[in-house]
Amino acid sequence: MELLNQIATSLQEGDEVRVAELTRKAVVEKIPARQILDEGLVAGMNVVGRLFRDHEIFLPDVLLAARAMYAGLDVLKPLLVSEKVPTAGKVVIGTVQGDLHDIGKNLVGIMLRGAGFDVIDLGNDVAPEKFVETATRENAQVIGMSALLTTTMTGMQRVVELLGAKGQRGRIKTIIGGAPVTAEYAREIGADAFGFDAASAVERVKELAAR
Amino acid sequence: MREIVRLPVVDCLPTAADVLAGQGVPADRETPEPIAESLCEARDLFRELAIPISVVFDITKEEFAAVYHGEGKNAPESPLAGIFPKAEQLVLFAVTIGEKVGEEISRLFASSRFDLGYLLDAVASSGTDRLAENVQQLLAPRAPVGTVFLRYSPGYCGWDITGQRQFFRALRPEEIGITLRESCLMEPLKSISGVLVAARPEDHRFDNTYPFCSACTTQTCRDRITGIQKIQPRKHEIE
Repeated sequence: MELLNQIATSLQEGDEVRVAELTRKAVVEKIPARQILDEGLVAGMNVVGRLFRDHEIFLPDVLLAARAMYAGLDVLKPLLVSEKVPTAGKVVIGTVQGDLHDIGKNLVGIMLRGAGFDVIDLGNDVAPEKFVETATRENAQVIGMSALLTTTMTGMQRVVELLGAKGQRGRIKTIIGGAPVTAEYAREIGADAFGFDAASAVERVKELAAR
Repeated sequence: MREIVRLPVVDCLPTAADVLAGQGVPADRETPEPIAESLCEARDLFRELAIPISVVFDITKEEFAAVYHGEGKNAPESPLAGIFPKAEQLVLFAVTIGEKVGEEISRLFASSRFDLGYLLDAVASSGTDRLAENVQQLLAPRAPVGTVFLRYSPGYCGWDITGQRQFFRALRPEEIGITLRESCLMEPLKSISGVLVAARPEDHRFDNTYPFCSACTTQTCRDRITGIQKIQPRKHEIE
């Protein structure tokens, strides 16, 4: 649909005024809110994520696109609520205990919201118990953990173990990322996925939430 | 000697180019106007809210050995363990930009101003690094002849983060508003602690072949070691 393509393109260009305008137009034309979200806003943000992953665009472009995404979401939100449109999923994110480096995690949060997820950001220095308790209480599908320090990475394993001990490991998936973290480490500790960077983390979360 | 040093916020304010470079943006890349404006706003907020302050404390090698040992959880071998016994001067330090910037970042994220919150966080991190760098430069003239100061921090390169407890007992940075969480992280988060080691340039050099190096993807030690060449060791006594 041309109007939805225009929304996606304007979002990629980071034109928040145009995105809000086109989203309003789509609402007036009675296009279902779910369709505007998926085929307009999220579709545009998916392209942004791919371009960022491939280093064709950089952080400022992502932030600009995210602003446009939120401008469109502000228009859609009342409809999404009234039409009871489910989000793409619920994700609990945080930087593990003993680690304060949360700038990468913040970017993942911004991009996950852009991809239509409901994100609960626990901040930094998050205890394993808090990850598990929050994800269980909030009925989240995924826990995303970040670490910059090799000395704090072990907190990720504790979360995976705690989920196992509480019988939640199959229901709540885990994804880990951060500078010292590798796919091998993710396998070693039994995490369900590894996010090499913010863009790939969003792709992996989509896969996990769809399982 | 123990000193509390306040530094002008403008000396810690990172340039927009530095902030973007720290986020992996190539220098020749043009910043979209709205983001350039947000970055400008973030820098203004930093200038308004940051209160840079530091505390420094001279410590002997024997005293530092106990601080470094901490709770006995360090890596069996580490660069600092090899360097500090050769040091000619050791200075514990802690710096912070205060808590207001962190509170503003939280407020911005909570009110869905993610772009500005993200950029202020990036400015604050870069600004705190500059503050630590400024303290190092401030002390540079005090380095014994033939030596240069480089800083090493708990939580990095084999110095276990639990060493912060012993470190805090020695330095007492609570006086400038820095406290230690149970997890050994500092509050405010935009704080840096460590030891400034005055040693001969060659003594600061080490290979990145320690077991923990293989898990480190940043390898910032390589830049620091390369940077030693740019630091002129003290050649004469100050009159």
